[in-house]
Amino acid sequence: MADLRTNFLGIKSPNPFWLASAPPTDKKYNVERAFRAGWGGVVWKTLGEDPAVVNVNGPRYGAIHSGDRRLAGLNNIELITDRPLELNLREIAEVKKAWPDRALVVSLMVPCEERNWKSIIARVEETGADGLELNFGCPHGMSERGMGSAVGQVPEYIEMVARWCKEATRMPVIVKLTPNITDIRYPARAAKKGGADAVSLINTINSIVAVDLDSFAPVPTIDGKGSHGGYCGPAVKPIALNMVGEIARDPETYGLPISGIGGIETWRDAAEYIALGCGTVQVCTAVMTYGFKIVEEMIDGMKKYMDGHGFDTIEDFRGLAVKNLSDWKYLNLNYIAKARIDQDLCIKCGRCHIACEDTSHQAITHMVDGVRHFEVKDEECVGCNLCVNVCPVDGCITMQPMTPGSVDPRTGKVVPAQYANWTTHPNNPSAVAAE
Amino acid sequence: MPDISAGRLAADDYGKNFSDVHPPLSAHEAVVESDRCYFCFDAPCTNACPTSIDIPLFIRKIGTGNVEGAAETIFASNILGGMCARVCPTETLCEEACVRNVAEEKPVRIGLLHRHATDRYLESHSTYGVRAPATGRKVAVIGAGPAGLACAHELALKGHDVTIIEARGKAGGLNEFGIAAYKATDGFAQREVDFILGVGGITIEAGKALGRDYSLVELRAKYDAVFLGLGLQAVNALGVEGEETAGVVDAVRWIEDLRQSPDKSTIEVGSRVVVIGGGMTAVDAAVQAKKLGADEVTIAYRRGPAEMGASRYEQELAQVNGVRILHWVAPRQVVSEGNAVAAVDFERTALDASGRLTGTGRTLRLAADQVMKAIGQTFVSGPVETVALDGGRIAVDEEMRTSAARVWAGGDCVRGGEDLTVQAVDHGKRAALSIHAALSA
Repeated sequence: MADLRTNFLGIKSPNPFWLASAPPTDKKYNVERAFRAGWGGVVWKTLGEDPAVVNVNGPRYGAIHSGDRRLAGLNNIELITDRPLELNLREIAEVKKAWPDRALVVSLMVPCEERNWKSIIARVEETGADGLELNFGCPHGMSERGMGSAVGQVPEYIEMVARWCKEATRMPVIVKLTPNITDIRYPARAAKKGGADAVSLINTINSIVAVDLDSFAPVPTIDGKGSHGGYCGPAVKPIALNMVGEIARDPETYGLPISGIGGIETWRDAAEYIALGCGTVQVCTAVMTYGFKIVEEMIDGMKKYMDGHGFDTIEDFRGLAVKNLSDWKYLNLNYIAKARIDQDLCIKCGRCHIACEDTSHQAITHMVDGVRHFEVKDEECVGCNLCVNVCPVDGCITMQPMTPGSVDPRTGKVVPAQYANWTTHPNNPSAVAAE
Repeated sequence: MPDISAGRLAADDYGKNFSDVHPPLSAHEAVVESDRCYFCFDAPCTNACPTSIDIPLFIRKIGTGNVEGAAETIFASNILGGMCARVCPTETLCEEACVRNVAEEKPVRIGLLHRHATDRYLESHSTYGVRAPATGRKVAVIGAGPAGLACAHELALKGHDVTIIEARGKAGGLNEFGIAAYKATDGFAQREVDFILGVGGITIEAGKALGRDYSLVELRAKYDAVFLGLGLQAVNALGVEGEETAGVVDAVRWIEDLRQSPDKSTIEVGSRVVVIGGGMTAVDAAVQAKKLGADEVTIAYRRGPAEMGASRYEQELAQVNGVRILHWVAPRQVVSEGNAVAAVDFERTALDASGRLTGTGRTLRLAADQVMKAIGQTFVSGPVETVALDGGRIAVDEEMRTSAARVWAGGDCVRGGEDLTVQAVDHGKRAALSIHAALSA
């Protein structure tokens, strides 16, 4: 039976599923409910200096939905904790004492001065918490005051603050990165240079989630006005995975521990982050949608997956996908695939046909001998995978690689057995000779 | 003495029993259901609809909060969309074709979505469509049933002046007089007639019968074109001894009385009712007999379930309402006691080696207080004798043209009619387009 226990920077937890620093971890009541439900750890909602911030008193969230109002993306304009520092610290100490086997990391955000950071860290030290997460990520509200993503967008500041914090604490320091930058590798490198033990990402993405078409104001709307917020939930997962992958494969940060965050709802999402190198994952939107109970599915699903693959611990598959993450230019141009439609599974909706016909390569029939029939025309199919993605039946359309030596009916050329990429392609003006 | 009487139920039960047979979807249900539509290419549901409604498009509009636009998509193809949403056998048309059946055996509930859109539209709109400038051409439409109404509306849209001549006292045809009360509650048939006439340019002359009050020759002289939407007039006879006995009624006539009666408690129904036939009318009669308080209702049909004109859904509806369906029995004699019906004798039937229906010699007697004949209707061609017939009904071409110049026909009175409202609508509309083309030439 798979063992889900993790040791991340020396912080132990019974499973890799942590709750991210966010509303669900703002107080003892919620955190204890989460631990009772089975969560392996939490990052306590970001502490700041007293007097505490104040939140808006109108709507803080907006969302986009996919079919049947399934929440696909959530946007928020909530700030860091609005409770007194003293109260949070007392509760953190109480929770850590009551739940010694769970990870309890404390998120911090204070003005960018050495004394401010060092002074709050000294207070956190006394709680017995397991680690610190530096919030350089929040893109709304706090960033206007020179904190959050305003720091995370300047690698030099990241490095500087990380260094102050490492000097001031026995605890491991995780730097939480903002995705609101052009190249995630620079802030990650800065964190590492500053001595941070790990990075966590992503924080939320700058967003306007919707515009109210009657009041002509952004959503959520506060007395007729709206402000950009931070976007999260299932919709951001692909963006987050890419950023995690870029850091995992960057030679300068290779091996830097990562806690993955962004749109994780299921064991499968979590496993994908782990495959890209993450040692733990953090969840927020999914519990804000469904409650803490989802962790039961995540634990069981992850164990079943690991058992099925013979992985005893998370470490057995952590990072296995990193080596397969490549630059486009190294992808094998001699790999040729064709779509195949399983006629037994086909329900004849025709979405593959119209997608291909209207927008792609005219490679799928809709009528054969006067009968409604959808079949791939190999002589037109470029193997783009669009039909697979628009088909409503999972597994009905698959991509089949062509056997080397056979002839691609589209090009009339033999499929080569050897690998070849763009760097050596004759159409590439910068091509180098193949070795 | 046979037990036939009115007022078998408590006063409250009539309203309950004759309320909507399947209530409409709420706005929330409609949005959830709309999400199940795959927006198929060359959609099989649309192809299965006799009026070719763009079903994926109207469902997509419901899903995006544009219910008004959804209804307009429906009405553009089928102006009687409101009634079709209630009476269409969707399980053998659009919903049977839905690709969701293949993987899940659970089609998108197209009929209920359709009703959601059209009901909402009728609540806030007095009609659909805007008339083109007047052409000065005049068209007579005979019969104010679904075919005639659809034809008239389309012609009115094109700018022609239409006169509908209806033999009965009011418009609606089978929608008003024929179908079960629980399928068109709250006077829906008349609301729909008003909606259609609301477009303007249509006059109704009610109470005037072709052949009695005027002739086809006169019409052709007076109008630029004539559309015959006559429907069926006569009820088939059982052709067995005792058919004239008191207590044996035509299901069509009985349903009509029921539909037209503002007080259902005045309609007489037997304690034990035997309905002979296997079509929609048989089910409508049997279920309503049950709803009026009959103790035992049996539909007796000479063939099996697959051959019944009533769809499987309708058969189940009958059974859920406590109607027994007996298959493979043919009536041989109505047995009377005194001057009234007492029972019906049946012979059990079977298919012989060559697949023909034949009697087996085994008999069965069903005690009955009331017998309803629902074995189909026939076309009475007398008033249109100058028009060529085919199989006893009016012969038409693809454009619904009859053999007579400037005379078109559609609905149940033409060859190939399937006794479906939606098909009659298609006929009426196709005829209108052909008439318009002829008048514009």
